[in-house]
Amino acid sequence: MQKMKLFVSEGNPHCLKALAVLELTGVKCDVQHVNHEEKVVPFLSRPTLPVLHLPSGQYLFSSNAICQYLFDVSKKGSSKQSHQWLEWEATELQPALMYALHLVVVQGKTADSAKGLEAPLSFLEQSLSKRTTAFLTAETVGVADIVLWAALYPAFLENGLKTSELKSTRTWFERVGVLPACQASVQTVLKGKGVEALKGYLQKQPAPHGQHTQPRNTHTSSNGSPTETEDSDHNTTEEEIEAAAQIWNQQIDCQSKPERKHPILPEEGKRNVLITSALPYVNNVPHLGNIIGCVLSADVFARYGRQRGWNLLYICGTDEYGTATENKAREEGLTPQEICDKYHAIHTDIYKWFQIDFDFFGRTTTQKQTEIAQNIFWRLHERGFLIEDIVEQLRCESCQRFLADRFVEGVCPFCQYPEARGDQCDKCGRLINAVELKEPQCKVCKQTPVIRSSKHLFLDLPKLEANLEQWLDRSVSTGDWTTNARNITRSWLRDGLKPRCITRDLRWGTPVPHPDFSGKVFYVWFDAPIGYLSITANYTDQWEKWWKNPEQVELYNFMAKDNVPFHSVVFPCSLLGAQDNYTLVNNLVATEYLNYEDTKFSKSRGVGVFGDMAKDTGIPSDVWRFYLLYLRPEGQDAAFSWADMALKNNSELLNNLGNFINRAGMFVGKFFEGCVPQVVLQEEDKRLLAQVGWELKQYIQSLDKVRIRDALKCILNISRHGNQYIQVNEPWKKIKGGDADRQRAGTVTAVSVNMSVLLSAMLEPYMPTVSETIRSQLQAPPASAHFMLQGEGNFVCSLPAGHRIGTVSPLFQKLEAEQIETLKKKFGGQQPEEEASKKQPQTITQNNAATKASAPVAASETSVKADPELVKQLVAAIAEQGDKVRALKGQKAEKAVIGAEVAKLLEFKKQLALAEGKSPEPAPQKGKKK
Amino acid sequence: MALKELSSLEKFLGLKKPNKYSTQGDRKVPVLQSNSGPGLVGLVTIATHLTQEAKKPDLLGSSAEERAVVQQWLEYRVTRLDGCAKEDIRTILKDLNTYLEDKVYLAGNHISIADPLMYYGLHHIIMDLAVHEKEKYLNVTRWFDHMQHYPIVRHHLPPVAVLRNRVYTSGHH
Repeated sequence: MQKMKLFVSEGNPHCLKALAVLELTGVKCDVQHVNHEEKVVPFLSRPTLPVLHLPSGQYLFSSNAICQYLFDVSKKGSSKQSHQWLEWEATELQPALMYALHLVVVQGKTADSAKGLEAPLSFLEQSLSKRTTAFLTAETVGVADIVLWAALYPAFLENGLKTSELKSTRTWFERVGVLPACQASVQTVLKGKGVEALKGYLQKQPAPHGQHTQPRNTHTSSNGSPTETEDSDHNTTEEEIEAAAQIWNQQIDCQSKPERKHPILPEEGKRNVLITSALPYVNNVPHLGNIIGCVLSADVFARYGRQRGWNLLYICGTDEYGTATENKAREEGLTPQEICDKYHAIHTDIYKWFQIDFDFFGRTTTQKQTEIAQNIFWRLHERGFLIEDIVEQLRCESCQRFLADRFVEGVCPFCQYPEARGDQCDKCGRLINAVELKEPQCKVCKQTPVIRSSKHLFLDLPKLEANLEQWLDRSVSTGDWTTNARNITRSWLRDGLKPRCITRDLRWGTPVPHPDFSGKVFYVWFDAPIGYLSITANYTDQWEKWWKNPEQVELYNFMAKDNVPFHSVVFPCSLLGAQDNYTLVNNLVATEYLNYEDTKFSKSRGVGVFGDMAKDTGIPSDVWRFYLLYLRPEGQDAAFSWADMALKNNSELLNNLGNFINRAGMFVGKFFEGCVPQVVLQEEDKRLLAQVGWELKQYIQSLDKVRIRDALKCILNISRHGNQYIQVNEPWKKIKGGDADRQRAGTVTAVSVNMSVLLSAMLEPYMPTVSETIRSQLQAPPASAHFMLQGEGNFVCSLPAGHRIGTVSPLFQKLEAEQIETLKKKFGGQQPEEEASKKQPQTITQNNAATKASAPVAASETSVKADPELVKQLVAAIAEQGDKVRALKGQKAEKAVIGAEVAKLLEFKKQLALAEGKSPEPAPQKGKKK
Repeated sequence: MALKELSSLEKFLGLKKPNKYSTQGDRKVPVLQSNSGPGLVGLVTIATHLTQEAKKPDLLGSSAEERAVVQQWLEYRVTRLDGCAKEDIRTILKDLNTYLEDKVYLAGNHISIADPLMYYGLHHIIMDLAVHEKEKYLNVTRWFDHMQHYPIVRHHLPPVAVLRNRVYTSGHH
């Protein structure tokens, strides 16, 4: 008898169920991955997946039947209720879901997609809110739970499909989603790409019909013009077409956007927007995930806001206090302050290269930080929001200090692993309380620490909870909070808040001013967000106009999702408790994680691209920005991939966007002596204007809601329309024809080149250099960009007939396969080649592959036996790095740059000493005596 | 429509006491009223329930595999067949025809509730087929004819003449 086999295809949403149930039931079965188009079932004409091929030869081609069968054979059984749910899923939910997903993923229309789902979702919500069991049909997870969860999963991933309040549904959905079986199936089917992964599948399906909610095609024009055939296009109405033609003829009647004059302060009657990006931690070089997660996302929004004419301040800075900095200082033999200075400069350079246009980029180790943090502390203290408690901690008598978790090692109390850390065991992964470690050792001096109790202060979160909830309700319902931010916050509140310790026995921090707690500093989580205030205070003395002005200021916080609770719960509690009319966050924008080629970025393993290396790739900053924003993990984790980056560069930037803009400009130069020709609009042109206008409107609506990735797609859609328009009208042929043809060629060229001006305005937040290049090539009037982005967007003719353009040249370059292959190897991390070892010496010494990739600090103390191959590599790396430093000094490069390279050189030398088997020199102690 | 079919199904199952049904929504989804709690919704759900009530579990399949196949064809009936677009009818018939090539019943070697329900669903389609089309989907027609002559399946539906005497090999219509 043959074995049972499950056929699945990647990116097919129906396979989620089958894989999750297979995993959950543990039924023995082979899984075979095939193409979407593979015909597995001999008797079905249309390819259908998933398919379960049973030992008897029978095929199951309905995903629900497969799930039922697997439950059945694993003796888990199913109830009458589950039958009903399965039927409902197949007949009611699926058609609505497929229609919605098709709209979003294939047609890029997030706006209308949620409508068809309202009815089924509210039915589900009602049923769930009335149930008495943990799951749909029982106390344990059943077939109906998995089937419905899997069906909804892709829809819930996509922001656009999320309807506001489905409380019971969400709770249930999360409960099912955390099952390892479900997570594994998501990984298998979506590969970390989110709903985009479904695109290939959905495109191959016949376009589903929305049942009753779908607005039928209102456009019934009979001339059937060739540009109006793709069903993914917005169907323009006659009114839209007329309106678009009118806008086209409007005069640009406003001033160019107001110039930035520092200090920017809130102004009466203006939209005052304060934008913060999570403060990057100073002790490491940020990787691409960090960059897209906060500073770059916030930058796009800030640039957009400035274009729109908002009165806007964008601040950020390095977060410099804390254990990790002390640790890093010890490693590099510098003082914490020196470490901060060094890395602050590195951060500044990286962000400059990425064209992050902060209004101010500060740091947390300043006098203002101390003043403001201590002020908030005292106000909390006076109002009774701080409580004292005793905490047991390990103290090293020989080092004369309390040991932070990372500074202790010992035997794991659970699995006896001898090198467990103070917070977690690397072997069994369990969390450890440092005082529970057996045979604890100070990591620095190897002495045995003693348990000491130490008095600490706690922020009384339970006391502030009611206050917080009241504020949260208002903020979440009136502002734009990403769904992950709402969910994470809700789950924190659901679990109940506990008092949180705000002090630490450390030296590198803001001192606690209370005499009973002298010698202690504030815990970073309390201290760091105050950095936003103190950095603003370092920017302007009138910082309180921003930070104590909730009536006039709208605050946007950008961050990755791990930072959410501190911004939505903990920090607001500090500010609420201080009762000083602080500005609290109105819009909390959190991204998911960006992975690197299906693994995590890891400094210690040398995996991934870090901020300082991006420029060494030779790929322009704008292209990096574009790709990161195109990938931006909105709604779900995304994965950086070299091959994909090359693909997107070549297909979207080069062949689509760049090609269109270049052709339009070339036509003006070649056929019309560099002067924009006369426009005589025909019906077809007007329809194009309407379509472009519609995309522009979508762009503005998306960016207003901080849907940065969606808005980028609108830009690419416009150039796609443009390419089609040129292709159909063939101006290069018409120019050789009679008067009518020549006029037609002129109109098409002029409309196209004006679209380029619009594109330059829309591109500015994403690719500032490219935007500027287009504008200077076309000699676009400065006010046009600002004007086009007002209101719902105005696609006006900004280059009138007779306007002289400049010299046009290509905007983008092809990324060749070999180039990408080289880069992939260089940053891959798996086999440290010479190039990789140069960049990332840690790769080699860190031979413990099990080290958690996410560990934020590279623990480089691991001792390694002499390894001749390694020594050779390091000697070569040192020679090369030495040359680099000399070259930099010769070029009189910036001090910070040289400093960073020198530090790398020293690090290599240290690695070499280790690799040669010499005992590593004791870290110089100069920083510690303070 | 669905209601007549359910009462035929009750008779097929040998249920003595007729149940009360209503429909909901634009698609007229059948609902089985019950005195206790909310009704059962959906043709498949109700059919499965009735079969259990009639204590004829074999009609739902006598092994895990058969049960799955029965459920699959029931789902096929309500998701693909019901309300299908005109252009899909040929595909459905073609696929069923291939499937039934070596089969007497939809699932296993005995009748299950998938058979009468598919028969009810297909009836209006087969009615409209031209004679030569019936020949084209020969296996479907054979199975269909079997069903309409199966004791107490047909009930509310008129019989369809399916087979021509193939006296002549070709050309005479």
